[in-house]
Amino acid sequence: MNQPGILELVSFGPGGWGHALLAGAWMTILIALAGYAIGAVIGTFGAWAKISGGTTVRTAADAYTTILRGIPDLLVIYLLYFGGSAMVTAVGRLFGAEGFIGFPGFLAGALAVGITSGAQHTEVFRGAFKAVHPGEIEAAIACGMPRLMRFRRIVAPLTLRHALPGLGNVWQVVLKESALVSITGVAELLRQAQVGAGSTGLPFDFYLIAAAIYLLISTISGVFMRQAERHFSRGVRRG
Amino acid sequence: MDWAFTTETFLSLVSAIPLTLQLAATSIAIGAILALGLALARLSGILVLDWFARFYVFVFRGTPLLVQVFLIYYGLGQFPAVRHSLLWPLLREPYWCAVLALTLNTAAYASEIIRGGLLSVPHGQIEAAKACGMPQLMLFRRIVMPLAIRQALPAYGNEMISMVKATSLASIITLMEVTGVAAKIISETYRAIEVFIVAGTIYLAINFLLTRLIQLLEYRLSPHLRAPPPSVPAASAATAIEGDAS
Repeated sequence: MNQPGILELVSFGPGGWGHALLAGAWMTILIALAGYAIGAVIGTFGAWAKISGGTTVRTAADAYTTILRGIPDLLVIYLLYFGGSAMVTAVGRLFGAEGFIGFPGFLAGALAVGITSGAQHTEVFRGAFKAVHPGEIEAAIACGMPRLMRFRRIVAPLTLRHALPGLGNVWQVVLKESALVSITGVAELLRQAQVGAGSTGLPFDFYLIAAAIYLLISTISGVFMRQAERHFSRGVRRG
Repeated sequence: MDWAFTTETFLSLVSAIPLTLQLAATSIAIGAILALGLALARLSGILVLDWFARFYVFVFRGTPLLVQVFLIYYGLGQFPAVRHSLLWPLLREPYWCAVLALTLNTAAYASEIIRGGLLSVPHGQIEAAKACGMPQLMLFRRIVMPLAIRQALPAYGNEMISMVKATSLASIITLMEVTGVAAKIISETYRAIEVFIVAGTIYLAINFLLTRLIQLLEYRLSPHLRAPPPSVPAASAATAIEGDAS
């Protein structure tokens, strides 16, 4: 049997898996971005709840971060994928549909990644807000800035600057977590590698290629993160 | 909530806890040894070892654990050399593949934590030990290692918790640990929420106990940070001074 080399596998010609893997990598980035965005929104509200919420809101936010940081992400994906499917099927039956209706895998995956990363976002934003000098906020109050403008012009930019390194870490985690979404059948990078491995009988080659693509994506995003950090701390004197 | 179903689920999930703990404990223990080696390689000043450790950490922290699991479980079998080797009876087993993947993965993260701990040992303490004439190995064993462990413990605790969570990936290669059993029950009954609550509670309980154990260890290892108890000698000294004055 003449087995194709690793370069033939990633080629874009006939018999090459270049297109499939590229599409998978794109889907991985989309899931990670969607999950990251959902997580950032949850994290913003979570941090706000922990910083200035009443007892009830703060307890709820505490429970959320404790639980989501203490259980496996895979369990959250199972909950959303199977739980979502059960719910959609029940609603479908209400409207007279027959049989099983699946919950869209992309949505389940992005939500699961978002809900788990939201707990990390919450802690990152909370820590970053604590690093904002109270004097800066006081100065804004003294200038008579209304609450919303104060948030938009002073608190948010300063918090973001302190949060950037932590946000970079969360992004790397989200990127790797997105591989778990492959169990819902979404055609992301790992899933495409699985398909390729199954149809060619070369699992090692395909998973190695997938690993290399993940490394490439995380390295490139690491470069972007460092640039962003440099950009947003240009007003800070070092050393 | 359906209590009969919940109890039944709880009982089947509880019976899967030993496997989860076993996976976590084995990989954390072997991973720690590997991590120490990697950290020492980074700090050795030998360029080849340094770059090897850097590359290792880069690869294992930069790729998803699930890809590493698949690479070992499905990937290695592709090579006839591996299939005919002495290790094949082990590498054929999903259990050992999961342990291997988890171990290699945690070694990368833990080596950075240990490296940070080793670097945090105050230089003066090492100098003092050298001045006492301690040989290299004793210096490492008695001074550097205990101080590094104490410094690295909080971060290492986080890593241990993420390892407990990471064992859930073993369910994807057919191991019936807590998540594996949970997934099986969910796919049979489609009652995701109840199963999720029970399984989640089990993981939370394990991690809660783990954090308490680490806190206890940290307390034991840092007597110098504790406020001194309202001690008798200080009080008697004070009265002695008072006595002198009067």
